[in-house]
Amino acid sequence: MYSEKVMDHFTNPRNVGEIEDASGVGTVGNAKCGDIMRMYLDIDENGIIRDCKFKTFGCGAAVATSSMATELVMGKTIQEALQVTNKAVMEALDGLPPVKVHCSLLAEEAIHAALWDYAEKHGIKIEGLEKPKSDIHEGEEDGAEEY
Amino acid sequence: MDKKIYLDNAATTPTRPEVVEAMLPYFTEYFGNPSSVYELSNVCKKAIGNSRDIIANSLGADAAEIYFTAGGSESDNWALKATCEAYQGKGNHIITSKIEHHAILHTCEYLEKHGFEVTYVDVDENGVIKLSELEAAIRPTTILISVMFANNEIGTIQPIKEIGEIAKKHNILFHTDAVQAYGQLPINVDEYHIDMLSASGHKLNGPKGIGFLYIRKGLKLGSFVHGGAQERHRRAGTENVPGIVGFGKAVEIAMATMKERTEKEIALRDHLIDRMTKEIPYTRLNGHRTKRLPNNANFSFQFIEGESLLIMLDMKGICGSSGSACTSGSLDPSHVLLAIGLPHEIAHGSLRLTLSEDITEENIDYVVDQVKEIVDRLRSMSPLYEDYVKKQQK
Repeated sequence: MYSEKVMDHFTNPRNVGEIEDASGVGTVGNAKCGDIMRMYLDIDENGIIRDCKFKTFGCGAAVATSSMATELVMGKTIQEALQVTNKAVMEALDGLPPVKVHCSLLAEEAIHAALWDYAEKHGIKIEGLEKPKSDIHEGEEDGAEEY
Repeated sequence: MDKKIYLDNAATTPTRPEVVEAMLPYFTEYFGNPSSVYELSNVCKKAIGNSRDIIANSLGADAAEIYFTAGGSESDNWALKATCEAYQGKGNHIITSKIEHHAILHTCEYLEKHGFEVTYVDVDENGVIKLSELEAAIRPTTILISVMFANNEIGTIQPIKEIGEIAKKHNILFHTDAVQAYGQLPINVDEYHIDMLSASGHKLNGPKGIGFLYIRKGLKLGSFVHGGAQERHRRAGTENVPGIVGFGKAVEIAMATMKERTEKEIALRDHLIDRMTKEIPYTRLNGHRTKRLPNNANFSFQFIEGESLLIMLDMKGICGSSGSACTSGSLDPSHVLLAIGLPHEIAHGSLRLTLSEDITEENIDYVVDQVKEIVDRLRSMSPLYEDYVKKQQK
């Protein structure tokens, strides 16, 4: 069902954990649908992501997309991190089954939520970053059966 | 781990070698169409009759009341749709439970679209149907009560005799989906006042693609598959002779070994339940503690998600199943776990393990040890667990 890369990132997830006094923390998803993702970012004074960690409650794909997302943003600037879309995460994992595409959306939203938190804490505005939805499943219910 | 520990016997079971052996001649040597006149076909006809007798005996029924189908889902569809068609002059109301198999629930939804009304009766926290609610739901237009004998997910056994008595008292037909119970629990259709009963071959070490519907003599049920005169004009199509022979053989063995087999399974099941609930914190048993199928154990582990657990168990050579949304193809977790009152996040973290007679205590101990490790690992990655621990520390 899953690609080798997804299985690799699920069984050996990179960057699991927490960052104490993180520059930004974002939590997205909800327990009702079975996925919650939390992303911690450590951003230095030059706006470079020095460290990134995650915790995820969810299926194999949710864990793997979180893990891959942390790898993709590590060492990047804030603007570069904003370009890490769900599509980029999926491609880096050699694809996901159609019913699991929403997991990659969750990873993108988790990055955005953590960046939003960073911006709020520092009283800055990040160009191109919109306030993330706290629950990516909002409004998705109707279409869910059509996968 | 080179040998798999298969703990998903509620999904399907391996076909026994004796069953396969009994079936083989009916593919090659005795391949005749039972409807033909020559001797070759007579052998097939007799073999079908023999299986029918074995099955009828196992239920305290007459051979003429057993109709072979392609499996449990067809039997369920037939029982509900044909009853509605035949008795719509009397009424248009059906009563069932909230925790039925989808073969019943989706058939009910179909019937609702065609003018029938359905009451889905609640179950308690153990998954036992509320009898007072069931009786209160009866209307003058109620034509059928359909309640499963035992639940496929949480294993809870329903008070079938009491439901049968209620149905009889109100002169309503009673159907039970016994797909999980047949071969594991003794069933007598007269004692339990059962009018129709569905069962399937592959749940009791028989072949897939074969099942039956017991229909009490005198019911007006029409044909489900139209065509030839097979199955007393009620189910057309050339008989699945090897399947029927295999099913008969599997039932013969299941009935002969039931007592000894289920006693062994109950002991192992209880050992599994004891260790899991004692040794893994924030774990609950789903379903009734004692009124449950001999081979069924179903747990919820708080703060983790079921699919992750299943994949990691698979890597340790253990096959189980879960009621999590990710394994159901939708965003909602199992309707059964929600019906017994579990919140969504706990329903997502469920694990069903269903034993067979081949499972040993050593297997069970290995499984518990692995589950413990995996649950620990998944919790260490879970933001829900992190939040919970932080809350406790405050």
